[in-house]
Amino acid sequence: MKKLKTETSDWAASNSQNITRLRYWIVAWIAASALAAFGPGFLWNYNTSLTIAGVLLTLGIGFGMIFANKTYLHGMDELHQKIFLDAGALTLGVGLVCGLSYEMLEDIKLIPFEPEISHLVMLMCLTFLAGLINGQRKYQ
Amino acid sequence: MKNRLKVLRAERDWTQARLASELEVSRQTINAIEKGKFDPSLPLAFKAARLFKTSIEEIFQYEGL
Repeated sequence: MKKLKTETSDWAASNSQNITRLRYWIVAWIAASALAAFGPGFLWNYNTSLTIAGVLLTLGIGFGMIFANKTYLHGMDELHQKIFLDAGALTLGVGLVCGLSYEMLEDIKLIPFEPEISHLVMLMCLTFLAGLINGQRKYQ
Repeated sequence: MKNRLKVLRAERDWTQARLASELEVSRQTINAIEKGKFDPSLPLAFKAARLFKTSIEEIFQYEGL
């Protein structure tokens, strides 16, 4: 029993560590994205080498964030993995269907402006959030 | 799928949080299993059986055909 308790504490501690690690990666990725977006205009006057370095840094940290998210997901228990998976599947579907339709709106002259990727990202974030809330409520 | 998780837990006077801790899942997962809203995976079912020193069939009963 003592061994089981230790393993349990290890599991909880490992989960907590995974969340903390993921938070650091997210913050680092946001900071790197901001640097890559605003650095050329405000910090290094569109110096090509520095701009490429900024983009590569953002990509590198972005992949680190993806792996941290994967580790976090694998550390969850199976119910939460299911909730996460359902929300992810919903987000992928909504993103694909609405994203392509939105992109088409300009081509067929139904909207006068060019579709922005940020609108799609916001839609996907909101869909994922709604999926998570729905899953949490479903299994309450 | 029906299960006797709540009964077995009550026999030992364990809380959902205690059982969740023993099985390395969240309390929400134990609650969902007890209410029949979520069916556990085979590894988790084996873990529960081992914890309660019984067989999987003694805990979980399939209600389908």
